[in-house]
Parts: sequence; C-alpha cells; structure tokens
Amino acid sequence: MDINWFDADYLPWLILFFPLLSFGIIVLFTAHSRILSQVVAMTGVCVAWLLSMIEFIKVVWASDAELGKEVFGSTVDWMTLGVSTFKMGVLVDPLTAYMLLMVPLACLAIFVYSLGYMRGDPHNSRFFGYISLFAGAMLTLVLADNLLMLFIGWEVMGLCSYLLIGFWSHKKSAYQAGVKAFMTTRVGDVLMLAGVGYLFLETRTLSFRDILYDEAVLEKLVNTPSVLFGGSAAALIGVLLVMGTIGKSSQFPLHAWLPDAMEGPTPVSAMIHAATMVSAGVYMVVRMFPLLSAGADFHNGDFSTPMIIMGLVGGFTALFAAVLAVGQNDIKRILAYSTISQLGYMVAALGVGAWVAAAFHLVNHAFFKALLFMCSGVVIHSMEHGEQHAAEHGHDPAPHAEPDGLVMDYVAPPNDVLRMGGLFRKLPITAITMAIGGLSLAGFPLITAGFWSKDEIISEAWHGTTEGYPLALFVLLVLATAALLTAFYTARMWFLTFWGKPRTAAAEHAGEGSQVSWRNLWARLRRRPAKATDPGEQLTALQMEIPLLVLAFLAIFAGFIGVHTDFPLLGDLDNPLHEFLSGTLIEHPPVIDFDWLPVLVSVALALGGLAVGFVLYGIRPLAKAQVDPTERALGPGIWQALQNRFYIDMLIRRYVLRPAEHVARKIVIEDIDKDTIDGVLESVAEGFIWLGEAFKRFNTVVIDGVGDGIPRAIGDFGSWFRQVQTGRIQQYLLVVTLALLIIGALFLIQVG
Amino acid sequence: MEITVEAIVFLVFSAITLGGALQVVLTRNLFHAALYLMLSLFGVAGLFVLLTAPFLAGAQVVIYIGAITILIIFAIMLTPQVTRVLKVHHTQWPVALALAALLFVGLVWTQTPLADELGADGWSADFTVEDPADVPADSLTDLGKSLVDPERYMLPFEAASLLLMAALIGAVLLVNRPDDNPDAEAAPAAGARPDQSG
Amino acid sequence: MVPLWMYLVVAAGLFCIGLFGVLTRRNAIAILMSIELMLNAVNINLVAFWRYQTPDKIGGQVFAAFVFVVAAAEAVVGLALILAIYRRRRTVIAEDVDMLKW
Repeated sequence: MDINWFDADYLPWLILFFPLLSFGIIVLFTAHSRILSQVVAMTGVCVAWLLSMIEFIKVVWASDAELGKEVFGSTVDWMTLGVSTFKMGVLVDPLTAYMLLMVPLACLAIFVYSLGYMRGDPHNSRFFGYISLFAGAMLTLVLADNLLMLFIGWEVMGLCSYLLIGFWSHKKSAYQAGVKAFMTTRVGDVLMLAGVGYLFLETRTLSFRDILYDEAVLEKLVNTPSVLFGGSAAALIGVLLVMGTIGKSSQFPLHAWLPDAMEGPTPVSAMIHAATMVSAGVYMVVRMFPLLSAGADFHNGDFSTPMIIMGLVGGFTALFAAVLAVGQNDIKRILAYSTISQLGYMVAALGVGAWVAAAFHLVNHAFFKALLFMCSGVVIHSMEHGEQHAAEHGHDPAPHAEPDGLVMDYVAPPNDVLRMGGLFRKLPITAITMAIGGLSLAGFPLITAGFWSKDEIISEAWHGTTEGYPLALFVLLVLATAALLTAFYTARMWFLTFWGKPRTAAAEHAGEGSQVSWRNLWARLRRRPAKATDPGEQLTALQMEIPLLVLAFLAIFAGFIGVHTDFPLLGDLDNPLHEFLSGTLIEHPPVIDFDWLPVLVSVALALGGLAVGFVLYGIRPLAKAQVDPTERALGPGIWQALQNRFYIDMLIRRYVLRPAEHVARKIVIEDIDKDTIDGVLESVAEGFIWLGEAFKRFNTVVIDGVGDGIPRAIGDFGSWFRQVQTGRIQQYLLVVTLALLIIGALFLIQVG
Repeated sequence: MEITVEAIVFLVFSAITLGGALQVVLTRNLFHAALYLMLSLFGVAGLFVLLTAPFLAGAQVVIYIGAITILIIFAIMLTPQVTRVLKVHHTQWPVALALAALLFVGLVWTQTPLADELGADGWSADFTVEDPADVPADSLTDLGKSLVDPERYMLPFEAASLLLMAALIGAVLLVNRPDDNPDAEAAPAAGARPDQSG
Repeated sequence: MVPLWMYLVVAAGLFCIGLFGVLTRRNAIAILMSIELMLNAVNINLVAFWRYQTPDKIGGQVFAAFVFVVAAAEAVVGLALILAIYRRRRTVIAEDVDMLKW
C-alpha cells in the first residue's frame, strides 16, 4: 500500500501517533532517565504540534468555500462483529481544525512549562509519560471520526486524569482526590456509554458523517420511540450523551470532583482541568449537536429535550460555580470553580443553540484559563520558596498542620491568597500575564478574547429572549449574573495576590532565589548573571515564563477572528470564524443581527464587576490580619457555606458513603462464620430481608419528610448486594451456571 | 438402530469416558483422580478414532495424556496431599448437582429425538443423521495445509502459538522466585492442614 | 454409524460431570481437571459435528486442535497460579482464597 503520509487525509493519524509513541518509549525504555524522558515527551508533542499546524494550513488552503462538505480523513475497519463493523478513522472538518489550532498548542505550552515546574521531582519521567499519553488521548478524541474512538480517547483521558491528580500519591488527599474524580466522572461515562450503545443499536454505525450529516438517519432517530421514559430515541441518546458531558465537564451535580482535582501538580490542572479534558466534554456535545437538536426547530423556539437540559444545567452551573468562586481562598480552587462556571457558559450556550459561540468560547477559554492556571503555578511555586524561607527563619510559620485526607475548607498555605499580597514586585511577568488572563476571563471589553466569545453567547441568549423563549431568558439572566461575579472574583484574586504589601513573611520572601524579580529581570536584560540565582533556577523561570507570554498573546488576539461583522471598526475583520466553523454543519447557523444592547450589557457587567473588585481590594489593599471585605459583607454564615461548597460534598459523604461503609463493616463482622452462608440461596434470602429493611427505613424517612432516605436506601442496597461478592470462585461459577440455564431456557422458549 | 460392532465399540468408549470422568469428580484421592482423568481422556481419543479423526486421537493421547495429565500429576506432587480426606466437596454440592442435572436434561431434551418421540413438537434440532458422507482421503493433508495457508487458518494458528509462548513465559514468571530457597518446599508438607485435599 | 445425537449425549454428559466437578471440588487442582473434562466435551462436539455435517471442510478438526492449544496453555498457567497461591497462602483449597470478597 502506498500512502503519502503528508496527504491531508492521512496526516491526522501521525498527529495522534507521536505523543502516544512518546508514552510507549518513556514507559518501556527511558523511565530510568529523567532527561531522556523529557526529551522524548517534548519531541512527541512538538512533532504533533508541527504536524497539526501543517494539517491546519492544508485544510484551510485546500478548499475555502466547500470545507465541511468535503472533509479530510480516512477510515479502516477495526473489528467485524457479525453483520456490523466497528471502524476507526480520523476526520478533519472545520471544527476539528479549529480544535487542532488550540489543543496541540496548549499541550506544547504546558509541556514546556512542566519542564520548569516539575524540575527536581523524582518521578519526572512518570509525569512526562502520563502527560504524553494524555496528549495522545486528547488528540485521538479531537481527530476521531466516530463516537467509539472518541470514547476511547475520552476514557484514556479519564485514566490519565486519575493518575495525574494522584501523582503525589504519598499525600492522602491527592489519592483521595484522584479516586473521587475517577468515580464521579465514571457516573457520567457509564451513562454516555449507554447512549453510544443505544445509538449504535438504532443506526448500526457510530461515524459522525453517517449520523450527523444524514438527514434520513436523524429523522429516523427522531421518529423512533425510545425504550425508556417516552420521547424519541434521539432525545434519549442526546440526554445520555449530555450526561457524559456533565460528568466530564464537571457540571452540576457531578461537579464536586474538579475543585479537589487541584491536588494534582499545577501543569496538570492547567492542561487537563482547564484547557483540554474538561473542554472535551463540551467538544463532544458541540460535535454531536445536530443529533442533540434533531427534530427541534430551535431557531423558532422549539428546543429539544437535550437542549433544555443543557440550558438548565449549564446555566445553573455557571451561576452556582461563580458564586462559590467568590468564597474561595485557595488560588487554584478559585480558578477551578471559575472553570466549572465557564464550562457552564458553553453548555448553556449550546442549550440555546449558540453553536459557533460555544466552540469559540471553548477555544478562548482554553487559552486564558491555561494561562491563569500556569500563572497560579508560578505564584504557588514562589510562595513555597517563601514558606520554606519563613519556616527556616522562624517567623510566621504556616498556621496549621496539613490534614490527613481531603478536607473541604483546608487551604494549603502556599495556595492561600490571604497569605499573599504584594507579589507584583516579585513576579512582574506573572502578574502582568495573569492580569491579561484575568481580564480575558472577566470579559474586559474590546481587547480581550474572552469578551468576544462571551459577548457572542450573551447576544445569542438575548436574541432568543427578544423572540420570547423562556429558556433563552433563563440562560441570559444567569449568565449575566455570572458574568458580573466572574469579573468580581477575578479582580479579588488578582488584587489579593499581587497588590498592596506582603501580608505574611512567606509572601515577603516569595520566590527568593528562584523567580525573576524586577532586579533580576533587569540584570537579565543586561546579560549579567542575576543576583542569588543559580543557572538551573533561571532556566526554570524561563521555561515557566515563555509559555505564559505565548498564551497571554493568544488570550488577547484569539478573539479577533470572531468579531461580529457589524461591529464598528473591528467588524472589518470580517468574522472569518463564523463562516469557517459553519461549514461543519449541514445547515449553516444564521448570523444573528447585531444589537448594541447585549454588547453594552456585557461591557457594563464586566466593568462593573472589575470596578467592585477594584474598590474593595485595589484602592485600599488588604492589610495584614485584616478581614476579607467580601467575608465581612456576606457575614460568617454565608461565607462558611461558600467555603464548604454549600455542604454538597459533605452531604454526599455523610448520607451516602458513611452509612454504606458502616453497615458493610457490621456485616463483615457478623458474617465471620463462612460455612453458614451456603451458596447463593441464602445470600438471596438474606438479601430480600435486607431489601425489606431498606424499604422499611426508606419509608420511615420519607414520612419524616427528610431527603436523607434515598441515599441511605442506596447505601443499604449496596451493602446487602455486596454480600454476593463472597470472593469464593465456585459460588460465582454457580451463579454463572444458573444464569446460563435461565438464558438457555429463555432462548428455547423463544425458539420453540 | 441395529447392534453393530461399531455401536458396541462406541458404547464401550463412551462408558470409559463417562465412568472415568465420574471417578475424577468423585474420588477422594487426588492422585487417583488424575489417573482416572487419563482413562477418561483415553476414552475420548477412542471416540475420535470412531469419528474418523485419527490425527486428533493421536494428538489427544500425546498432548492430553502425555503432557497435560503428567503436568497435573507434578502439581499434585508439589502440593501437600493427605489421603485421609475429611471433606472432598464444597457444601454447595446439592445445588451444583441439581444445576448440572438440569443442564444435562436440557441438553438431552433439545439434542435427541426424545422430545419428538414423546410428542412435544418443535423442540429438538435434527441431529438424527446416521450415514454422513465419507471423509475425503486427503483430509489430514488438508488439515496441515489449512493451518499454514494465509487465506485460511494461518493467523489463528500463529495466534495460538503466541498464546502458548505467553503461557509458558507467564508460568515461569509466576512460579519463579528470585530468592529460591530449596527448603521452603519441604517445610509446608509437614505442617499441612489435615483437610487439605480432595 | 451411530446417529449423531448419541455423540452429543456423551459430550453433554461429560460436560455436566465436568461442570459438577468445577462447582464442587474443593481442591484447585481437581477443579482444573474438571475443566479439562469440559474442554474435552467441547472437542467431542466439534469433531462429531464436523464428521456428520461437513466432513469435506476441515474447520471442525482445526478448531479442535486449537482447543488443545488453549487447554495446554490453560493448564500451564492454571497450575502455575495454584503453585504461586500455595506458596503465599499455604493452601490449595479454592474456597480459602477469597481475597476478592466485599
């Protein structure tokens, strides 16, 4: 076979191949050498980036008008199962191309940053192996031409996320957070897999082209009644897929894992939990949008079930997480909640049909959020130096010992914004780039990327509202409120970190001997050796700063490709993005009419939030031992609730996890006599007693009118059900035999 | 069906197979069980001969009786054996017996003409063939060729050899101990629990 | 020749005896032997169907040969596992190895 690998049809295979290859090489051969592993990982991601740039350029040049109808890609048969065949293939259409612009670049930036951040970590090679695998999986997901391959990438990323959150596994909180993330996303993933399976059952294919671009298939799905809950098959599949997104993109109620995922190293937070993996959830719904909106004429106010769910869940999450972000003191958790909130924006945007805006915001958000996380990493890094220094010299040590395990309102000292202050002088580049990222996040008008995409979402919601759709009104209101809060907490975070005077000795000595201060920067400009900096540390600083500058550039300029054509002056840029991305859909989404009102509203909200933040924290910076003005304004009750994340995590732990554990332990002790449990029969009998008791308890609790009953019943059910797991292989086999007989009998009855 | 020599031979081999199998499952002494397993597998080899598959019969004798059973006997010798066994069977044996019997009845019901004889229509598949076509003379050649023919079974054949290799390496890894201590093997036999066997 | 179903009955009997052994024998090696019986039952079926229904195609015999291979691999790995478990836990009783529970 003669394949020209530089043909745009085959090139995508190579893009995803190289990071995976790096992973293989690191795991098999170079794990013992940190330097070699870094070189291999960097080579892999650099090649992937170069190839995706080539692919991008080829795709854009190859056809400008008809891109989308004639996509690039190739498919091979993977597994033949009877009459149907699973295929593996790559696909590059405008949406993929747009993602290819972002994903490899973000990965590359974060790899470079990791070189600096992870310097000196003894498990460096393991880290680079994992992130290479992650980059490969993300590219697989983006380039996949079918849901199955997308799902494979999706799951591999979930695994990497678990491994990397728990990377510092000697910390109990880290591995607990890893397990929490893995289990929580699993809920969404299983539902999504059910959706994928159901889709395959109905259509016998999982290829995007065959499903999303074939009106007949979509129509058939819409007209097939679903197996559960009424409605159409398309709606059920859509809802299940959205569930996958809710888990992966950390939407309410499966949002609890993301803030804890901050236990991982900061580059991981930047890459997985800001730029790529959590965005993959949104990417999937963006990709499947034709299916999700099938049968609904949403331009005229007829929203399909999955869209309504997306609108409600996304809107609620955007506001909810923004509120929580206001009440956090851990710099990474502020950003984590902000990520949840921004992902909620995108999901809600899809809910009202703002397809292009969602994709636009997805990419912009990835740039500026990765930037913010990386800045926070630099801050934490230098604060760690400061804390170390403060501890060595005995003044103002860290206030409390690190707790054993995950604790909701515990803030690690180097992450605590209240312990910072005045870092501007120490970390000028970080402060400026973080300001750029923050302004982009807040949607500072005209010059930031975040403004243009956020404005587009709000404009679309506004457009829907003027047509009188209640869903659009809801989305508009919550997103507008969230925008205000976003600007406020961004300002709070920035001013607390960088402004005023150092509030602790740690902040005063932050970055001593490691990062670039004004003086060292000046020295570097004059090519003089910096004071008190050894060359390794200087390299570290450089490796961590260059990606910041690149992303800061993108956080500003990535927005200009999507400016509405009717916008004065900047409109002359012609809004190339809309035309480009629209090619992905069969039916081009219409450009909504330009309206000044929503633009002014978002300008007012962004400036308003920033202004409040400036007034509270900028004019008179928070001094040592002063109470946070927001805390004063909200009062201790609400503040505590915010810090404890509205107690949602605690409720789950208290009413679901702990009863299950407690009851289980009791059973284990009571069940020591092995020989009394005689096979399945008794287990089942006992199970029914337990079920009865579970129901009884359930009833009492419901009569009491307390909502605890449901989780408790689930816990009890789990406890009796786990008795089936005796660990004795022959009992398992007995059950298997029983099942075989039953299935055989059913089969006979059907045939005979 | 008239009583032919072939039918008698069939019955003899079946009896050897099933009787040996029953002994394997029921006998107390594990070493005897292994010997009965040889007997039963020998009966199966006889059935293969009756089915005009002499190659498979030979392979059965060489591989099963010659290799696998011997391997099992080695394993029996490496683990502690006490001939006076308190409990051979798991306490769930009545349930298991019922299930196995039920499965057997179900299989007989669907595979033999019994259901038709008893008047229950449509239950059994038609397995009453008595005089099939002759086996081609070069069937063994064909078997050999098909295993190395890329168009036929070469891929599965290679996969099978890979599987064997993997099993071999895996077994060596599992049993291999870096700090091999020759005395460790002898010690447990003395202190073995009296009811360990069956 | 004897009718096909007689072979099938013998195979069914062998399979069920093996199944019974797998479900009830306490010694792990005995369980392994019972599994060999079940595999042999499958082989009888494969060869019998080949002989009676498609004697001109060699597939049935080929598959029986593959079953040999799998059986050999299974015996090797199974016995190695039993020995490894015996070294760690000093037991060859399947029931005693119940770390998987709960």
